[in-house]
Amino acid sequence: MTPQQKATLQKLGPFIALLAVCLGLAFMSPDFLTVGNVMNVMRQVSINALIAFGMTLVILLGGIDLSVGSMLAVSSVLAAMLMKAGYDPVLATLAAVVAGALMGAVNGLVVAKGKVAPFIATLGMMTVLRGTSLVLSNGSPITGFSSEFFSTLGGGYVFDLIPIPVVWMLAMFALFWFVLKKTVFGRHVYATGGNAEAARLSGVKTDRVQIAVYTLCGVMSAMAGVILTSRLNSAQPTAGVGYELDAIAAVVLGGTSLAGGRGWIFGTLVGALLIGVLNNGLNLMGVSSFYQQVIKGVVILLAVLLDRAGKK
Amino acid sequence: MRITMQGISKAFGPVRVLEGVDFAVAGGEIHALMGENGAGKSTLMKILCGVYAADAGSISIDGGPVTVRSTRDAEALGIAMIHQELNLIPQLSVMENLFLGREPRRFGVIAGARMRADAITWLAKVGAGQIDPAREAGTLSIGQQQLVEIAKALSLNARMLIMDEPTAALTDREIHTLFEIMTDLKSRGVAIVYVSHRIEEIFRICDRISVLRDGQFVGERAVRDTSFDEIVKLMVGRELGERFPGRDAALGAVRLRVEDLADAGNVSHIGFEVRAGEVLGIAGLMGAGRSEILRTLFGVNRRTAGRIMLDDAALSNASPSDAIAAGIGFVTEDRKSQGLVLGLSVRENATLVHLNEYARAGIVDARAESAAVQRLIDELRIRTRDAELDVKSLSGGNQQKVVFAKWLAKPPKVLLLDEPTRGVDVGGKAEIYHIINRLAAAGTAIVMVSSELPEVLAMSDRILVMHQGRQAAIFDAKTTTQEEIMTAATGGR
Repeated sequence: MTPQQKATLQKLGPFIALLAVCLGLAFMSPDFLTVGNVMNVMRQVSINALIAFGMTLVILLGGIDLSVGSMLAVSSVLAAMLMKAGYDPVLATLAAVVAGALMGAVNGLVVAKGKVAPFIATLGMMTVLRGTSLVLSNGSPITGFSSEFFSTLGGGYVFDLIPIPVVWMLAMFALFWFVLKKTVFGRHVYATGGNAEAARLSGVKTDRVQIAVYTLCGVMSAMAGVILTSRLNSAQPTAGVGYELDAIAAVVLGGTSLAGGRGWIFGTLVGALLIGVLNNGLNLMGVSSFYQQVIKGVVILLAVLLDRAGKK
Repeated sequence: MRITMQGISKAFGPVRVLEGVDFAVAGGEIHALMGENGAGKSTLMKILCGVYAADAGSISIDGGPVTVRSTRDAEALGIAMIHQELNLIPQLSVMENLFLGREPRRFGVIAGARMRADAITWLAKVGAGQIDPAREAGTLSIGQQQLVEIAKALSLNARMLIMDEPTAALTDREIHTLFEIMTDLKSRGVAIVYVSHRIEEIFRICDRISVLRDGQFVGERAVRDTSFDEIVKLMVGRELGERFPGRDAALGAVRLRVEDLADAGNVSHIGFEVRAGEVLGIAGLMGAGRSEILRTLFGVNRRTAGRIMLDDAALSNASPSDAIAAGIGFVTEDRKSQGLVLGLSVRENATLVHLNEYARAGIVDARAESAAVQRLIDELRIRTRDAELDVKSLSGGNQQKVVFAKWLAKPPKVLLLDEPTRGVDVGGKAEIYHIINRLAAAGTAIVMVSSELPEVLAMSDRILVMHQGRQAAIFDAKTTTQEEIMTAATGGR
């Protein structure tokens, strides 16, 4: 095996793991490999996957965004409040996404211009925004939207088969793949994450790259927030708690390096699917939710350890 | 005590760094190890102190063979190395650094009073008794940090000290102190290996000189029986003239004019002109402000005074991207930390600066990009099997050519070079000189900082000499001499 073939195999490791888990579950539970269940899994995965796509870019820069769950909650509450106040649902949706962009931009500014470590900057924002969503909603859920447009965003189907959130997920996957692989901006993300000093001395505006990436992460969180709100027909100010960890887990499972500069969006999609499939499979087999957590954690650790061992 | 290394060979991947090298040093002598960059000095010494394992060869102490597989082994044998990049942990105190990993303990906790007393004893032995053992190591000057490292080595019962370019970052006063301590250690029977490029210092302090060239041992001389010329000839292996391609400069109009330039505290009152096709060398000692001039011109360091004119237009140069837009390129001093993104491929590095040339609406045209990279690979003779390989898999010389490639995708009006051949072997150097000459011939104005005087003399048309942040003189390269440049660089007249 040449080093390049070995590297390719290494990269496909998470994908092979996903196939193996699916195969195993198909044998153990007859309900797993049905069209209905597969679509169900994909729909459950879509929220985490959307956030994880944004998180992938942040982690490629060598950063981290802990505020994704709070950004999701603020966007969700904002959209709900606007609709309740009688604004057009399309406008409310757009406002939520713009709010996500603004919140993400603040993260980016604090990190790039304020030179605050991403962990600290987004930890602060996580708390500020969680508080904001509670203040806005007065701490109680907002429910009951009568817009068909809005309920389709998260609850609708294409061809009566594919859930709309899954379409969102696949579309965003394609977009992020294209951006990272084919655009100048994508190259600048890898260069900045790999060696920010060398990138800056090569004329890359590394501050702008950072701000843009955190902004995108905010947009993706808001998008996930809108879809979640639509599906539940309710905006919860406490929604999204702990989502940052699921997103980070998906990114890392997919083989993206926390040190920055190395990784790919396909890995993140696979990572998110792997987590979703495990959840679903363990549910189908009737494993208690306490044990499910243990098993998920062990799988994540094993995957990363295997990845390490393979790189040596 | 006498340490002998015999037939040492070492290769990193396909690159043979050492081939059958013999080297011996005895207690009570200061032994210089000399050779050009890439001759294998550091590798040989790292084998001796257990950082690398030799592929072949043997090491013996007083005739008895020993194995050195780790720095622990070397420590146990009394061999210690003072690295060029000092290894103290800046946030820990001097005494915590001295006894790191072997802290004196009482009932399982660190015995602070004893650690302090021991620290004072060892510091006094290297003439550094005035340093407070409780002080944070990072707040000491480089010279003081070096003394702490020497004290640490002695406290480990070192019988042999390897010093890699110890004076590179020291002031004259600190060098004087260091030499006194080295002489004292020598009289107490310690063997010292002194790795340095500074031939004057070597003749001042050393007893014997061993020379390496291209990974081979080429000779050993007693200092009192040899001369500068003989040592240089041993190092280079031929007459100096052949190392540099001839220049035939046709100078054009003034491209770059710098007036009264200053940055925040490192350099001031810098003024010079460079014509199209001209190479202006910048010489000076470490810390004289040479790199700072380039960094200020390129917008990395903030300019606090003065004007920069390119083709008679004033530049703002507030950031590197401004400088690049104006047509300035910058080959940085340290290619690993500033020049290349090591995790990316040759292609991705080579097009990092001018990627927009191969993109429309922000989308990269992969075919145009690959074609351009292939052209650069051919033109600069970058030896890589495939442009998709990680740039870190290339040899030093080829990595440096990739750094040049970044700037040549669209020929710059002005190219700033900071130590363009550092860590590049002799063959690679010659190729880089050719690249520089070709660029100049095409009308680029070149400003080149280099610590290697022969390089500055042979490659420049004129030479600007820096001394303590000011420009001391500008000489015509055809008529000046190394002595004249060194005199100006050290503040003499």
